[in-house]
Amino acid sequence: MDPDSMAFIFLQAFLINNLVLALFLGLCPFVGVSAKLETAFPMGLAVVCVMLVASLCAFGINILLVYFNIEYLRLICYIAVIASAVQLVEMTIKKFSPKLFRMLGIYLPLITTNCAILGMALFQTFDEYSITQSLAYSLGAGAGFMLALVLMAGLRERLELANVPDACTSAAIAMMLAGMLSMAFMGFAGLGG
Amino acid sequence: MPSEPSHIELRTSPHMRDTANVAMIMRNVVYALLPVCAYSVYQFGVSALALLVVCTIVCVGTEQLFCALSGKQSTTGDWSAVITGLLLALTLPPAFPLWMAAVAAFFGLAVGKLFFGGIGYNVMNPALVGRAFAQAAFTVPMTTWTPAMAPGRFTEFIPSTLTRPFMTPAPVNEWLGRVAADGFTGATPLALMKFEQVSTDAVQLLTGSVMGSAGETSALLIFLCGLYLIFRKMMNWRITFSILLSAYLLSGLFYLINPDVYPDPMFTILAGGLMLGAVFMATDMVASPETNRGIWIYGALIGVLTVIIRLFGGLNEGVMYAILLGNAASPLITRISQPRIHGATRKETTAS
Repeated sequence: MDPDSMAFIFLQAFLINNLVLALFLGLCPFVGVSAKLETAFPMGLAVVCVMLVASLCAFGINILLVYFNIEYLRLICYIAVIASAVQLVEMTIKKFSPKLFRMLGIYLPLITTNCAILGMALFQTFDEYSITQSLAYSLGAGAGFMLALVLMAGLRERLELANVPDACTSAAIAMMLAGMLSMAFMGFAGLGG
Repeated sequence: MPSEPSHIELRTSPHMRDTANVAMIMRNVVYALLPVCAYSVYQFGVSALALLVVCTIVCVGTEQLFCALSGKQSTTGDWSAVITGLLLALTLPPAFPLWMAAVAAFFGLAVGKLFFGGIGYNVMNPALVGRAFAQAAFTVPMTTWTPAMAPGRFTEFIPSTLTRPFMTPAPVNEWLGRVAADGFTGATPLALMKFEQVSTDAVQLLTGSVMGSAGETSALLIFLCGLYLIFRKMMNWRITFSILLSAYLLSGLFYLINPDVYPDPMFTILAGGLMLGAVFMATDMVASPETNRGIWIYGALIGVLTVIIRLFGGLNEGVMYAILLGNAASPLITRISQPRIHGATRKETTAS
């Protein structure tokens, strides 16, 4: 497959270099919100929205930064953009689904500091993607995050009834599950290449 | 003369008439695995035997140790640790160093099963967790293949088998030079297909006179052993059938598109570990979906992923990863494939 094609970039971000399971970014919300499917799925959607907005803005801002030769401001600009995108999503969710807003709790504003999103914005800049490529990349990265979250939530819901030893409960077993999922995702290495 | 009053036995459900229990089913799975093990020992000699013994002992020992440490009653009597050990050994290359196999067996059973609460709670097949761990940790030994039916296989070990713990395995080149025929490349049928587009004869694949992991070479034997379990109703035939069918159909489609590049569908389902995976691995009762409708989806997912990883991935074998991903998705599949409650509308069903 052509490495510059949009389909390949999407696939790359979605499965092969899955932000959570291959690059280990954004593990905090991944472990925090994946206990239940009914929070994991909306959280995934929220991250996809923020990623799309952040990716577009980051693309625009990067052009300005390069034009004025002030690339060292990149990190702080991106964080500001992500924070405002999160505010947008937060206000929308609060308005339309207060219940969901309460369920997501601190993890919703915490998307701001989700390194998966910052990572996505920085990767697309370093890889010098065009605007359409950036869109494909952010969509793939967001969908990959959602996939990891939803798979994890399904498994953890099943574990609620399991007889897990005391030493391995909650976050410990979640990290182990994440590791096993990550090993399973190694099968996608080199796909399409 | 009034007859003896007959008794009516009053009991609560379940009214079980069958004597099948976990230990009995697991024991039967072990019986079904024994011919495969025996054949693999016949093909690969003492190295395969040592591999089987070490993996089984480590698995059972791990479970025993864990039960002792956590103060629980020992659960080794249910035979499931034996199955994990045998299955793991069957998926490893025959020349795999024994200490690495022991590490993989320990990891698979401890992390894949015991940390989740033991039998009935594992989310993925423990044997495959062990194998995936070995694949990630010991990549080179995991892809070093040795020929089947080597002369002298019953009297001497393959040099790499007896590597001391934490040492790199001894090179097998010198040994290969003695036992292998000229022009031996060390490529499995799948690797030959992927990198050189050379297909292997179906008869060879059926009888297993080819290279590969210790137990995955004879597709026919594995299938027959699976039939035994199916007839004893100890295995859900839908899993095996749907995996093989979906793999056959998808690879058939690619074969029709371009027969020069893609393998023919028969090759796909006979070569490599697909048969072993479809019969013994994916049928793990705990890690597969609960509904029959879900099982069709699960099987199709595994078959499709296997073909995609084999044809388009960087690896030439994808059965293990496909099954692990299928296991990971199975709670979700169970959830979406719940039968509709009779009389309920769609919304009520999902809400309950």
